[in-house]
Amino acid sequence: MRNLLPVLTVLALILGIWWAAVGPMNMRAALDIAERGGAAVVPEGSVARREVSVWRLMAQNSDHVAAGYDLDRPRLPTPTQVGAELWKTTGAMVLRGRAFSKRSLINHGWITLQSTLWGFLLGTTLGILGAVAIVYSRVADMSLMPWAIISQTVPIVALAPMIIVLSNQLGIEGRGVPKAIISAYLCYFPVLVSMVKGLRSPTSSELDLLKTYNTGPVQSFFKLRLPASVPFLFTALKVGIAAALVGTIVGELPTGAISGLGARILIGDQFGTPLAIWSALFAAAILAGLLVTALDLIQRVTLKRMGFRA
Amino acid sequence: MTNPVISAENLSLTFQTNDGPVHALKDVSLDIQKGDFVSFIGPSGCGKTTFLRVMADLEEPTGGTITVNGVSPHEARLTRAYGYVFQAAGLYPWRTIGGNIRLPLEIMGYSKADQAERVTRVLELVDLAGFEKKFPWQLSGGMQQRASIARALAFDAEILLMDEPFGALDEIVRDHLNEQLLALWDKTGKTIGFVTHSIPEAVYLSTKIVVMSPRPGRVTDVIESPLPRERPLDIRDTPEFLEVAHRVREGLRAGHGDDL
Repeated sequence: MRNLLPVLTVLALILGIWWAAVGPMNMRAALDIAERGGAAVVPEGSVARREVSVWRLMAQNSDHVAAGYDLDRPRLPTPTQVGAELWKTTGAMVLRGRAFSKRSLINHGWITLQSTLWGFLLGTTLGILGAVAIVYSRVADMSLMPWAIISQTVPIVALAPMIIVLSNQLGIEGRGVPKAIISAYLCYFPVLVSMVKGLRSPTSSELDLLKTYNTGPVQSFFKLRLPASVPFLFTALKVGIAAALVGTIVGELPTGAISGLGARILIGDQFGTPLAIWSALFAAAILAGLLVTALDLIQRVTLKRMGFRA
Repeated sequence: MTNPVISAENLSLTFQTNDGPVHALKDVSLDIQKGDFVSFIGPSGCGKTTFLRVMADLEEPTGGTITVNGVSPHEARLTRAYGYVFQAAGLYPWRTIGGNIRLPLEIMGYSKADQAERVTRVLELVDLAGFEKKFPWQLSGGMQQRASIARALAFDAEILLMDEPFGALDEIVRDHLNEQLLALWDKTGKTIGFVTHSIPEAVYLSTKIVVMSPRPGRVTDVIESPLPRERPLDIRDTPEFLEVAHRVREGLRAGHGDDL
């Protein structure tokens, strides 16, 4: 845990900047509400205030700056507001025994997690199989690799609605399958690239050694190439799972989705509830953090067991 | 005399490179008898490693003929006729020392009981008993190289090909390993091909020293060692030893021609 201190320092810095930004970001809204409530505000009227810089408004109405930190619909919520909203939609609901109600982020997170894991499974499988094909076949190397690279230049946001419409057209019920496909689409690439590198990592003398034993291709794969690629695989899996989560959330954004963290973000935007957006965003970040951490632990245990030097 | 284990006749190998052809080997002829300890010595680029790799079917000659155990190197490789020790130990880091030695045995389909028995035996042979469960990074460079020799000894190959196995080790470790290698050779009766660029090492170990020279790689001298099979380390101070060493040095110098 020797990197705990630097991590916490950066976190504190981010929270500090965030906190400081809340005042100016919410100043105009706070003044509008205060004026409606009958308080004296300089200058009067929100139209007139548009001409004045936020800094001057803050200087001239210093009494009302604090109100910006306690708005119902803030432009930028404070960390504590986001924290409270997160708690309200997760822990508090668990305590009331409604962990999987429609307003609970645990429910939405679970839906997103399922698609992410399916997409991750599909994406890594495709990535590994593709890498094996590329390493063992010159034809695949020359034909597959360029397309794999091109596939990543297509913006996923443009592709996601098409995948949803197409899978709907093919008679696939619900969002689960298209979401997993979109997520796999983002996830397979890092796995493919890393696995190609990993499977090619054995040195020529390591390969020559197997040749002197007259080793067949199947045994060469399982005794040398595959174990040699494991460290590369884990690095790829950590990038891949994060990409899979992003893919799933993008898959939940197109209109019509009602469940999943992506849908919460979209709905929060449409109904003007920034707190819902922010808490869904943080739920997604926490989910990604947990997934990457879990993979990191599996990586450490596996590599240690395999004898790789820590 | 019986048929030689390895027999090369007018062997040539030319690599095609961007800078034109490189004659790694040119008209090399040599017979190696069963039980010989043959050293190949010469400056870098003289083709000694290439020659060894041709014997092992890791390179293809472009001219001449070579037989290993009376057949082509390719057929010899398919029958797993030799064990090869590389310059770097090349132990797989995810396998324990025992696991690394077991690698050829697994590939060649030895039974589990036989594998265990052989691992124990060769580890004792190279003085590494008790290190079976250790991972390569837990061993010193000299110990790793010994483990890689054990790996080459684990299966029943009559020929042992070694490409500068002690090149990266310090003098003291090298002396010790040379002594052990001789004892091992005596015990197992294997035919050994050994690439080196150290004159004392070549003279100390070999029954036959093949002096090679570069551009194009060819054999300039073959010295049958007059030294007895039994060789304590201090044999290196005897006049016979120094005489052979002198002849090797002469051969190396002659091979260089006008280069120096």
